Amino acid sequence: MSSHSSVAAHDAAHDPNLKHHFENADQQKESASIGMWVFLLTELMFFGGLFLAYFVYRQWYPEAFIAASNKTDVLVGAINTTVLICSSLTMALAVHYASKGRRELLVLFLIATLLLGGIFLGVKGYEYHDKWVHHEIPGEHFECHGCADEVHTQLFFSLYFGMTGLHASHMIIGFGVLLVLIWQAWKGQFSAKWYTPIEMFGLYWHFVDIVWIFLFPLLYLIDRVGRPLL
Amino acid sequence: MQEHSEHHIVPKRVYALVFATLIVLTWVTAWVATVDLGAFNIYVALSIATFKASIVVLFFMHVKYGTRLTKFIVCSGILWLMFLLFVTMGDIWTRSWMGVPGR
Repeated sequence: MSSHSSVAAHDAAHDPNLKHHFENADQQKESASIGMWVFLLTELMFFGGLFLAYFVYRQWYPEAFIAASNKTDVLVGAINTTVLICSSLTMALAVHYASKGRRELLVLFLIATLLLGGIFLGVKGYEYHDKWVHHEIPGEHFECHGCADEVHTQLFFSLYFGMTGLHASHMIIGFGVLLVLIWQAWKGQFSAKWYTPIEMFGLYWHFVDIVWIFLFPLLYLIDRVGRPLL
Repeated sequence: MQEHSEHHIVPKRVYALVFATLIVLTWVTAWVATVDLGAFNIYVALSIATFKASIVVLFFMHVKYGTRLTKFIVCSGILWLMFLLFVTMGDIWTRSWMGVPGR
């Protein structure tokens, strides 16, 4: 027993970030990665329920969904998708430079990710405001001129706000984590040998990007046939 | 049983290619929605989205370079999502065939 722990203590002296219950750094990293993926899969099922609700109601009330979806601004949606993909690229580059131990570039790309995420949320806020002004928020003051099926048009907007809101709340949480990571990276807490928090946050951020990759066509692009993009 | 898990650093060229593909496909999917494909518009849109998500998972999220255990866990999660979506939608799609009251 004591000889084991002294061996572990000896090994740990080489790498302060290696926890004693792991064989080596690779095993520790693999465990973190799998843990993160299991968390992301619970998130997948979480969002999956909302996607399922969307598909069921779209199947039942296609006309109402077309009428409601045509009220979203495709150009703004496409621009925001582009912004989010850019933030995924900067996040991937942040992980890349973390793995090379380049502290300044790591901090730079984390800040870029934060800024692009901020632009996305800003544009989203603009869209929400637009919906507010046009009485497109479900509830008492909902108005839809020329809608044949107002009740189910509201249903689309309930899903719109539920899904984009849950997505945005994930980004806001990501924002908080990013601020901490930027601070830690700036203080030099990560190295080429150990940058697991950066890598795990990267997985989270890309996951949030993937959710949006599906939200964009489903919420913005229903039956746009014959309507110009711009 | 030893799994290779050396630190695979993905070349920046790969990130650039994935990024360019994602951007192009975003605007392709926005454009193709304006083209009349009948009932296929939704399938084209979902196929493009699935392809985009796949390259994000494989390259940005490094699953392509991950261990078999990671790949297995990711695939099992996607499989369960497919159960959720297709078993329920199978019910919704086929109810009208039988004239069941309440659709």
